[in-house]
Amino acid sequence: MEYILLTTAYLVAAVLFILSLRGLSSQETARRGNLYGIIGMMIALGATLSSHVIQQYGWLAGVIAVGTTIGALLAARVAMTGMPELVAMLHSFVGLAAVLVGFANYGANDLTGTAHTIHLIETYIAVTIGAITFTGSVVAFLKLRGTLSGRPLLLPLRHLFNLAMFGGLIYLAIPLIQKPGLTGLNELLIATAIASLMGIHLVAAIGGADMPVVVSLLNSYSGWTAAAAGFMLSNDLLIVTGALVGSSGAILSVIMCRAMNRSIWNVVFGGFGTDGGAPKKSKGDEGPAREVNEWQVEEVAQNLLDAKEVIIVPGYGMAVARAQHAVREVTDRLRTRGTNVRFGIHPVAGRLPGHMNVLLAEADVPYDIVLEMDEINEDFPKTDIVLVIGANDIVNPGAETDESSPIYGMPVLQVWNAKHVVMMKRGRAAGYAGVDNPLFYNENTRMLFGDAKASMDEMAARLKELAN
Amino acid sequence: MRIAIPKEIYPEEARVAGTPDTVKKLIGMGFSVAVEAGAGESASFFDTAYREAGADLVSDTATLWAEADIVLKVRPPIQHPKLGKHETELLKEGAILYAFIYPAQNEELLKKLVARKATAVSMDCVPRISRAQKMDALSAFANIAGYRAVIEAANAFGGFFTAQMTAAGRVPHATVLVIGAGVAGLAAIGAAKGLGAQVRAFDTRAATKDQVESLGGKFLELQFDESGEGAGGYAKVMSKEFIAAEMALFAAQAKEVDIVITTALIPGKPAPKLWLAEHVRAMKPGSVIVDLAAEQGGNCELTEPGEVAVVDGVKIIGYTDLTSRLATTASQLYGTNLVHLLKEMGGCESFCVDMENDAVRPAVVCKAGEITWPPPQIAQPSPPPPKPEAQPEPVAKVPKVKAPSAFGRWATGLFSLALVGLWVYLRAYAGAETASPAALSFLQRLTVFVLACFVGWQVIWNVTPALHTPLMSVTNAISGIIIVGGLLQSGLSPMAADGGVNAPVILGLVAVLVAMINVAGGFLVTQRMLKMFRK
Repeated sequence: MEYILLTTAYLVAAVLFILSLRGLSSQETARRGNLYGIIGMMIALGATLSSHVIQQYGWLAGVIAVGTTIGALLAARVAMTGMPELVAMLHSFVGLAAVLVGFANYGANDLTGTAHTIHLIETYIAVTIGAITFTGSVVAFLKLRGTLSGRPLLLPLRHLFNLAMFGGLIYLAIPLIQKPGLTGLNELLIATAIASLMGIHLVAAIGGADMPVVVSLLNSYSGWTAAAAGFMLSNDLLIVTGALVGSSGAILSVIMCRAMNRSIWNVVFGGFGTDGGAPKKSKGDEGPAREVNEWQVEEVAQNLLDAKEVIIVPGYGMAVARAQHAVREVTDRLRTRGTNVRFGIHPVAGRLPGHMNVLLAEADVPYDIVLEMDEINEDFPKTDIVLVIGANDIVNPGAETDESSPIYGMPVLQVWNAKHVVMMKRGRAAGYAGVDNPLFYNENTRMLFGDAKASMDEMAARLKELAN
Repeated sequence: MRIAIPKEIYPEEARVAGTPDTVKKLIGMGFSVAVEAGAGESASFFDTAYREAGADLVSDTATLWAEADIVLKVRPPIQHPKLGKHETELLKEGAILYAFIYPAQNEELLKKLVARKATAVSMDCVPRISRAQKMDALSAFANIAGYRAVIEAANAFGGFFTAQMTAAGRVPHATVLVIGAGVAGLAAIGAAKGLGAQVRAFDTRAATKDQVESLGGKFLELQFDESGEGAGGYAKVMSKEFIAAEMALFAAQAKEVDIVITTALIPGKPAPKLWLAEHVRAMKPGSVIVDLAAEQGGNCELTEPGEVAVVDGVKIIGYTDLTSRLATTASQLYGTNLVHLLKEMGGCESFCVDMENDAVRPAVVCKAGEITWPPPQIAQPSPPPPKPEAQPEPVAKVPKVKAPSAFGRWATGLFSLALVGLWVYLRAYAGAETASPAALSFLQRLTVFVLACFVGWQVIWNVTPALHTPLMSVTNAISGIIIVGGLLQSGLSPMAADGGVNAPVILGLVAVLVAMINVAGGFLVTQRMLKMFRK
């Protein structure tokens, strides 16, 4: 009887999780979706807790309360610019939990024969994927926070190193599953250590601009981890949920990779500038002195006032400068004048899929003027001014024209078709991918150097002044 | 350093080399600025505004000139009618003059400047490279002239520009032909289009076609294979055959168009005669020709520079002061050009006449009493004609993200995984024990797993990209479902039967702790984010 109740509860929870993800297909239904997720989780937890396996509640209650409090605090405190870090951290928790559950389960099982062998394989997989997810996410977290440099760590022979570690994992699995009872604990510990090292090494080799893919991939891993744990524990809810999360992360990774015109293997195993050779000088460099045209804030403001169609293209620089509120203020000032202001978002802008959307939403920018690359790319020719805030590679015309460019073939926002492009940049350095941007030297491009937030604040003030 | 802005003394000249706005910028750069009383009046900039901007108003012209290190002017220096002296003689020895000097035509003037040991920066000689664009007064004035040409034409023309359907009958639109699609030509096309006319344009440089069309003009083409690209963005002299074809085209156009605006200039040469007397006679009475090249002799054979000529009912406007007729804007733009140029030359603090700076060098026609014109020929490539950066062909068009193809690939992967599992199962166990319960239950789980992957794959593709971050945080939260595993391990008493600590339970408890952080944190942060999305 209890088994039926538990299974039914899990089924309901699984369906609610699917509905939860489905709710995210549009902003209107998204909040309801999240609610479904919460209800599903509560049902799953309630059902599990009420089962006869749970014999004591004191410790559990305490641990759950502490976990909830920490989670709530994190959720309430995190700045929207810090979302990538939070997401990476949460991924690492899933990995850690899977490793812990794996070890606990390894110690507790009392199976024999075929069942034992299958169970050991499942445990082994859950623990190793969990360990990779855990350490990989920790490294990603540190990179996103800036504690570790965003530069890819490219060891010599790193592919061989990865291969050796992978081989080691397979090699260790064979004696482990042949050992009865708990005697394989040493092998499992060593395998965990190897998997942890692999997680660190894999993510350390990936550059800062590829972070959206890495975070999506880790998202996917955390799902597969949960699914593997489900196999290990013979728990269908874990399997279903893990599969959902795993495919979600996989899809996000695919979308991100396409947005950069790179294969997933290229992102995972090769930092920029290794497979394609060092970024070559583009051919245009041979021309006369490549000088940029500069505008000051006031000129930008003046021209914005005269413009009818404005598109703002935000990039990671906006997040770093925390300029989203200032951007919103400028947007509001222009919109009250009847200017059509919209936002063009590249899929890999920022360090997390959808990062820019969240930042703009935080600043109260209405979501219906925030458009995706495919929706807005055709509108650039009839746009008076494009404001590019802290983005570089995602608006690089070289991606379409310069075959020697490492980002050649990556779909980009065709801002150069607009009458004027104002590039806001902190300094004169190349983008994350280290690629020179011919857009800077275009006749219709004007550079606005300086901190994005300071510039946007000043621009808002100017607009206010000039409009009166 | 002290800058002086005198009043222009050329008859009817309304422009001035500085406006209150640009004076303010100059003062901001550290210069002190003196403006001749009444200098900006004809351009609607009054003395009070200059004073407010921080300039000193000086009414004595001689003092103004004598005290200045830098003088900003529009027109070349001429004999001052009231003082009876040439303006160069008013210039302090060794001072620097910014003005339109036209060194090729004004050798005499250059000599006078040299006699004063002056340095002269000729604004008409600012090179046409992209870095110098912001200082390019010729382009600024050409733009104004093009616009004003249309206004003059509209003024002289007896009809509407735009077609109208009125109660009293239909009024046809005017047809405008613009010859020469340079800065002035393009401005004229834009202005005429803005008034509602049908605009045609002709230029020997095929590269201008896109620019003409981008403004809504119709580009007239000759079936003739010769490019008119010359140096510095100008056109060159064309071959005889080409000109014959061109003339035939114009003869045909003359019968159709109401207004002709000619803007063709070839540097260092008199303006080419493009609109011949026969073309004028072929036009309808009441038609208007505005000849922007009047000062260089005119593109139209019958143009009288500075005048309006009427031939067979066709008005030929040959004004040479079109920019001065738009004095306010002309002064503002010219003043801004000067501000940029002074900034380029180091501003007040580090001002220097840098002969190495290729944006400045060509404009310096004499330096400290030595003629430095013409500048040494640097291999100066003309700006790439077809503006390649304007319309780069999207060579690699990456197809729009399509769910099915990737879905197919992943599905195939999962299927093969399932098949391999099945094979392993059959191979290893089926023969020996005929379906061990453990293997069967594994297979069941695999089925659930594969189906769940399919569902997940289908559902997630519908997620709008704008919600990808909430998607990640909500999947974070639900992957915290691993807490169930922790719960099942830790539900036992942490003390083992033998009194020692039960390791699996402790591990389980820690797992519950971190997974719970995930669950709570993930859902709450998602909620926080989703609340922010508003329409």
